[in-house]
Amino acid sequence: MNISNLIRIAFKALQRNKLRAFLTMLGIIIGVAAVIAMVAIGQGSKQSIHDQLSSMGSNMITVLPSSNLNGGVRIAGSSFQTLTDKDIVALKREAQYITEISPSLTAKGQAINGALNWPTSMQGVSPDYLDIRMLTLKDGIAFTQQDVLTSAKVCLIGQTVIDNLFPNGENPIGKVIRFNKIPFQVIGILNPKGQNAFGQDQDDILIAPYTTVQKRILATIYYQNIYASATNEAVTDAATTEMTSILRASHRLRDNEDNDFTVRTQAELINTLSSTSGLLTVLLTVIAGISLVIGGIGIMNIMYVSVTERTREIGLRMAIGARGKDIMLQFLMEAILISITGGIIGVILGIVSSNVVTLTLSWPTIVSESSVVLSFIVCAVTGIFFGYYPAQKASRLDPIEALRYE
Amino acid sequence: MSKTILEIRELKREFQMGSETVRALKGISFTVQAGEFVTIMGSSGSGKTTLLNILGCLDKPSIGDYLLDGVDIKKLSRDELAQLRNHKIGFVFQAYNLLPRTSALENVELPLLYNKDISVSERRERAIHALEAVKLADRFDHTPSQLSGGQQQRVAIARALVNEPVMILADEATGNLDSRTSYEIMSLMQDLNGQQGKTIVFVTHEPDIASFSSRTIQLRDGKIQKDTENKEPRSAKEVLANLPVTDDY
Repeated sequence: MNISNLIRIAFKALQRNKLRAFLTMLGIIIGVAAVIAMVAIGQGSKQSIHDQLSSMGSNMITVLPSSNLNGGVRIAGSSFQTLTDKDIVALKREAQYITEISPSLTAKGQAINGALNWPTSMQGVSPDYLDIRMLTLKDGIAFTQQDVLTSAKVCLIGQTVIDNLFPNGENPIGKVIRFNKIPFQVIGILNPKGQNAFGQDQDDILIAPYTTVQKRILATIYYQNIYASATNEAVTDAATTEMTSILRASHRLRDNEDNDFTVRTQAELINTLSSTSGLLTVLLTVIAGISLVIGGIGIMNIMYVSVTERTREIGLRMAIGARGKDIMLQFLMEAILISITGGIIGVILGIVSSNVVTLTLSWPTIVSESSVVLSFIVCAVTGIFFGYYPAQKASRLDPIEALRYE
Repeated sequence: MSKTILEIRELKREFQMGSETVRALKGISFTVQAGEFVTIMGSSGSGKTTLLNILGCLDKPSIGDYLLDGVDIKKLSRDELAQLRNHKIGFVFQAYNLLPRTSALENVELPLLYNKDISVSERRERAIHALEAVKLADRFDHTPSQLSGGQQQRVAIARALVNEPVMILADEATGNLDSRTSYEIMSLMQDLNGQQGKTIVFVTHEPDIASFSSRTIQLRDGKIQKDTENKEPRSAKEVLANLPVTDDY
């Protein structure tokens, strides 16, 4: 018997009992739809956590001066001055995994506009810094490399500072404010970022070229931090390793000497959160998978009933020339048709319900191709696995007894 | 000289029922030539059903030979027997055994689905032809529940004809039908035998039905009691014509 006859026979047999075929399918439909919707919700939440972290610069790498031995006493890193322009030059020249790099140093002080003043801090950075931290301007322009070279007295202003220095809503762009008695022209307004994870107001800041802060305010040649961004999140580890070796070389550290700096990434935080939502996805998938297995058992159950109920039909088919194999394939094909049709409907239902969840609850969902393909394969396998035993039972019937079955 | 369709030699069939051995057939020999219309008669327990199962290649003899159209079935496997049934035997059952909720045409096509040499168009053509042969040309799309008992049995006969078998094997084919319909079926059988030369083996326990055949084999206790040639079989058509018209209702 060829395959088209086989499908035809199985299809006709199912057609004779549409309602039962549908009810059997229902288990599979719900199982598959559940798998797809659950995975979509899990993936969606994972992605949204990820996106939120990325907005803080998930590929950001920070270099800090590190504690070091000084006559046997470990000294706090922050009081050390190890990072210099030489390091920036070396990193820019040699590092392959980083795209942007910026030194950073922060000065505390009083910002003054006319009669108003506000205690804040000024961060000196290079123009790359805005990209590294994903900062954007609400108005005005950013300073340029030219401003860095000339130690220009220009700054970008954060919302909190604006609120305190320009309370009447005038536009600060072009205005001159003073910071630690040095006049700065405001050239851009930062988009508010709100508090960071530790409750620190990220908008209470002035950003200026690092050379300006270095020379005109702090009078130092050292940097407090170096910020860099890796080409993408996946290579942050490689970038970390690379930066470490470049900085060691730049600092002329011998092999037996500890690093006098620390390189940190956001990756750990991301990994933790991703693995939490990954766990969520696994849990949801397991639950959905269980419902798929139950659907499969439903198929097996119905196929057994069907074999018993259709004993005479099986006897007749055998009498008129069906081999055991033909009967087996017919019932197997019926089970597979049920599970695959159920699978297709389930996939559609799963995608639709994912979208409904997104629309009504505004939960982010991502229908991954792999979950669709996987649940479809699981369906076919379920059909074969749970259809096999009933089909085998049918194929082993004795035609004489089957024909006389009442 | 006509061809031998069926040859049985010293056929025995025994069943093991617990510790007891039941000897259902105790040595039977006969041959059936092409074009014969044979009825096999016997009361229950005569071994009629066992013989039918063996003739239908659903069962194998314990001892003895059975050659169907020259093929010794003893040597065949389960699958080969299925193929033999598909090619050489047309079954007609007492309970029709049609697939429910399936059109007459599809029911008739069924045996051909298990024959991979037959194309879709040929299958359809032969099924239509077979239904026409049993005078059901206007009932192709009817499902069994929309057909009377006699019509259902005629669909079953069409199904038995569609694979062009060497022998039609009928098992109490009129058992579920009233006399008028029974005669109609017998008339059809006689037509198939007389006009188309089909070989028919008809198992029944009704002597009335047996009188329409050209030969009757009487079984008793697993042996052939009588094997008689029926020189002048009754014509079912005439009997049908002479039946009083019942207009009681």
